[in-house]
Amino acid sequence: MNLVTVSGPPSSGKTAVILKTIDSFQKRGLEVGVVKFDCLYTDDDILYEKAGVKVKKGLSGSLCPDHYFVSNIEEVTQWGIKEGLDILITESAGLCNRCSPYVKSVTAVCVIDNLSGINTPKKIGPMLKSADIVIITKGDIVSQAEREVFASRVNTVNPGASIMHVNGLTGQGAYELSTLLYDEKVEVKTLVGEKLRFSMPSALCSYCLGETRIGESYQMGNVRKIDMEDKKGKK
Amino acid sequence: MITTQDIQQQTIAELFEQYPFLPGFFEENTLDVDGQINEKLDDFLNILDDEEEKENRAMDKTQVMESMAEYITQMLAFLGEDEDEGVNSITLLPGTNKSGEKEKFEELTINKSEIVCIVGPTGSGKSRLLADIEWVAQNDTPTSRTILVNGEKGDKKWRVTSGHKLVAQLSQNMNFVMDLSVYEFLELHAQSRLVEDVEGIINKIFEQANNLAGEKFSLDTPITSLSGGQSRALMIADTAILSKSPIILIDEIENAGIDRKKALELLVGEEKIVLMATHDPILALMGDRRIVIKNGGIHKVIETSGDEQNLLSELERMDNVIQNMRTRLRHGEIIRQEDIGF
Ligand SMILES: Nc1nc2c(ncn2[C@@H]2O[C@H](COP(=O)(O)OP(=O)(O)OP(=O)(O)O)[C@@H](O)[C@H]2O)c(=O)[nH]1
Ligand SMILES: [Mg+2]
Ligand SMILES: [Zn+2]
Ligand SMILES: [Zn+2]
Repeated sequence: MNLVTVSGPPSSGKTAVILKTIDSFQKRGLEVGVVKFDCLYTDDDILYEKAGVKVKKGLSGSLCPDHYFVSNIEEVTQWGIKEGLDILITESAGLCNRCSPYVKSVTAVCVIDNLSGINTPKKIGPMLKSADIVIITKGDIVSQAEREVFASRVNTVNPGASIMHVNGLTGQGAYELSTLLYDEKVEVKTLVGEKLRFSMPSALCSYCLGETRIGESYQMGNVRKIDMEDKKGKK
Repeated sequence: MITTQDIQQQTIAELFEQYPFLPGFFEENTLDVDGQINEKLDDFLNILDDEEEKENRAMDKTQVMESMAEYITQMLAFLGEDEDEGVNSITLLPGTNKSGEKEKFEELTINKSEIVCIVGPTGSGKSRLLADIEWVAQNDTPTSRTILVNGEKGDKKWRVTSGHKLVAQLSQNMNFVMDLSVYEFLELHAQSRLVEDVEGIINKIFEQANNLAGEKFSLDTPITSLSGGQSRALMIADTAILSKSPIILIDEIENAGIDRKKALELLVGEEKIVLMATHDPILALMGDRRIVIKNGGIHKVIETSGDEQNLLSELERMDNVIQNMRTRLRHGEIIRQEDIGF
């Protein structure tokens, strides 16, 4: 079985791109499955079901979805193998821009869209910087120049990645993407012992543990404060 | 190839001097060099070795250094390309249509400064043809077509590197979304292309765009408040002059607020290969050839004949009649028999 991790900011077009790519896989007779990770709610599983693929969803609720992802990825992999899949795709929304679900040996795809603004590549951390393939969507509604500028910004923060434009509505580029994602020689059996590409933040404060009251006396653990001093001599 | 060994012992000032595009890399990767410009790169990046800094910035030293070396290598290659490495022609070799039959042409070469129209019903396979060209298909797409660049098997760099895209696209649905003035917008695009004479390029594009647009605009107009015709004019002038892609795909150009003939002349003058999906007779006859697509395959290639070209001036006259009536209507006038002028 092949395994692919797809991540990216909310509503960037992950599901749209995955669905169009699944089309191409199915035409080649490959058995595809998807596991969708989200925080509170998702309808994506229904869309995948309609496309005729095996699907599971996991809601992390009170946990950071990426932490939840890592705690579950081995079980998910075993599920995919048991179901006899040729390719298993995981979709997760990058919500905190700091964590990323990428595992070293697993193909990592980041989906971002042209509408998110040219400073977005700078703001997204390892989810963009350590991806193998970066997919840029929604190119159909912005100008050529904006697409070029956006792609060059992406290239500056992740020069090693393959950068592709895919249209989530028409599927333009999705066939081509599918050829980069599946390799029949690859056989994932287990992820036990594998490592994340980048460590996740160790933040653990009282609010992580359910505290709702405001004030210093309720704050414990890893607490950090904004520097409110006026800086002198620096613009 | 630049490696991490080549850069780690140099000071940041030395690196910036040698690679003028490098400050952009520091900026995009939120590395602030204020006051540390004379430090060696290796020492400067030591801050990332600190566990807490590493966690906070989500970057590690090795990764940043490798990424930087890769970036420098790419940019040097990009700047080192000269004109004769450019694309002079693309050649299509036939594949099959949706029923598996061989396409009805032998070999189709399109040279720079040529305009080729693509016609056929929606869903007939126009997008697939375009995608094949963009991906420099090598008998490895659903149509089994092959695309040659300058008569040779295309380099795979066209597929996935951001600075090398074979096709630039312009369509009616595209809009500007950035909150910038015309000047700032062109400046940003020119900088991302590492243009040397930014000011010169901005003026050239601005002049050309105004030459195409029905109503003039100024350099400090916000791009989002340009009219449809003005936006189209700016997009075309910018793509013609500043886009590195040798092929321009145009998906219709509405006949409003823009001189379409001049627009095509500009693209041709900038030595682009122009592909145009259109069913507008005036645009179609401006093309040198038409590719007819049917059932997922190329069904026919038609040369625009002398007879057809002669009709063009008549069509343009008819078009002017309609445009003229539009203007009269807008000004509250009455439409008269003589406005038709037949
Ligand atoms: N115009 C245009 N719209 C797109 C494109 N790709 C996706 N969309 C639209 O963008 C919206 C969000 O797309 P999704 O695929 O649901 O995004 P997502 O990243 O899966 O979203 P979450 O899973 O909720 O984080 C949908 O309305 C899509 O139809 C594209 O290339 N062009
Ligand atoms: Mg989704
Ligand atoms: Zn997180
Ligand atoms: Zn917390």
